[in-house]
Amino acid sequence: MTDTTDAPTDQVADATDERCPVHDLATDYDIFDPGYVRDPVPAWAELREACPIAHTERYGGSWLPTRYDDIQAMAKMVPVLSSVSPIVINLPDELTNDDHTGYNAAAPISADPPIQTWTRRLLLPHFTPRAIEPLRDYAEQVCHELIDQFIDDDGCDGAVDYAQQIPPRLIARKLGVDESMVDQFIEWVRGALELGLQDPELRVRCRKAIRGFFRSEIADRRSNPKDDLITALLQSEIDGEPIPEAMVVGMCNLQLVAGIDTTWSSIGSAIWHFATHDDDRRRMATADDTLWDTAIEELLRAYSPVTMARDAIEDVEFGGVTFAKGDKILMNFPGANHDPDVFDDPDTVILDRQRNRHVAFGAGIHRCAGSNLARMEMEVSLKTWLSRIPEFTLGDPNAVTWAGGQVRGPRTLPLVFG
Amino acid sequence: MGMPTLFQEVHVKIKVDAEKCQGHSRCYSLAPELVDVDDLGNAFELNGGEVPEGLEDKAHLIIDNCPEFAIEIVEA
Repeated sequence: MTDTTDAPTDQVADATDERCPVHDLATDYDIFDPGYVRDPVPAWAELREACPIAHTERYGGSWLPTRYDDIQAMAKMVPVLSSVSPIVINLPDELTNDDHTGYNAAAPISADPPIQTWTRRLLLPHFTPRAIEPLRDYAEQVCHELIDQFIDDDGCDGAVDYAQQIPPRLIARKLGVDESMVDQFIEWVRGALELGLQDPELRVRCRKAIRGFFRSEIADRRSNPKDDLITALLQSEIDGEPIPEAMVVGMCNLQLVAGIDTTWSSIGSAIWHFATHDDDRRRMATADDTLWDTAIEELLRAYSPVTMARDAIEDVEFGGVTFAKGDKILMNFPGANHDPDVFDDPDTVILDRQRNRHVAFGAGIHRCAGSNLARMEMEVSLKTWLSRIPEFTLGDPNAVTWAGGQVRGPRTLPLVFG
Repeated sequence: MGMPTLFQEVHVKIKVDAEKCQGHSRCYSLAPELVDVDDLGNAFELNGGEVPEGLEDKAHLIIDNCPEFAIEIVEA
């Protein structure tokens, strides 16, 4: 049992030395500060006491709530807190068009009701526990094949060689696209979300590439329908009409972008945890299904990867502050999950935690549509890993890198076996 | 002699609030004996919500793991 704050030597991916130091978190927090990316838990704890809805002018300005109850309430403030631009940093106006925000971008995540409602209803049946179960055998096969490639070595990069490789293969199979393109998908998604957050031109370039890819896939399915999600969306109707192609492109874009680095971050963080917590690793190596059920939820809670965003569509008072029309609000689900008012000993991983109403997958109408796929991938990838590599530790702790901002997780994770 | 009253199983019944449920399916993954989910992932209770003897802990587990506060005990 150790808290999540004990990795002070890790480095942060793409850190720059030119940033202005943070003197006051309440008025000047920095979601890309290397220390915050490496371990945001102490900043959340400080803010929860001092200023539970903090503000910064950085990156176009935003609000950062840190209390569970506030974040739960804000998730229900629909559509006053709109989802049309759920990325934590908006693109500059001159780079924005109809494909970048709103219902064409990535419905339902980038939409408000009523469009959010019907696009979500189209997707959800493909992601129920029963709809996901047929992918379990394939997930196990993928995990074993990945491990086969490095198990005879002294170690591997747990992020690059393993965690990063699993979700793109699963979502590619779900969509029905070429699984040999996973490296390309990873590059696009990192460019569209992770690296593109602070590089708008890269973000736009990768979004265009993803949309172009799906436009050609859609053209193919029109003449060669397959048993896949792209075909299913193409054949769906709303009010007796097919869904506009730009929206289908956006919904496919969402599957790729939201289905990849989120889950690889959760898998990678869990492996980091097991590499640095011998007792927990050994306990899970012999765990029964009951312990696995709670452990997966606990790892999701403690290392929640995803922060979404909302834009206020009008001035709104909440929790002692006023969100002005157009303000960006960060849905700090990871911070909510460390609130001591809701979680006993919140900064400790307790594998059999019983009371765990975590919001790693969000809350309210935008609850992660792919949560059951993510949960299955976590379970299969961690069980398979521990069954074949029960003993491992961090290699060079200084070589570990983390990404943060919208999605937090390890991007370089050197491991030594045995 | 029968069991002392103190140790008799307490009858437990649960109810899922369909208005609050957002289809996380965590209750189903933790206790498929007690709830099922529909095509949208939204949960509904099995056996009219009656919790079989011996599964009371699981009933409390799914209540305490619902992020929408959508499950509650309606009889105990």
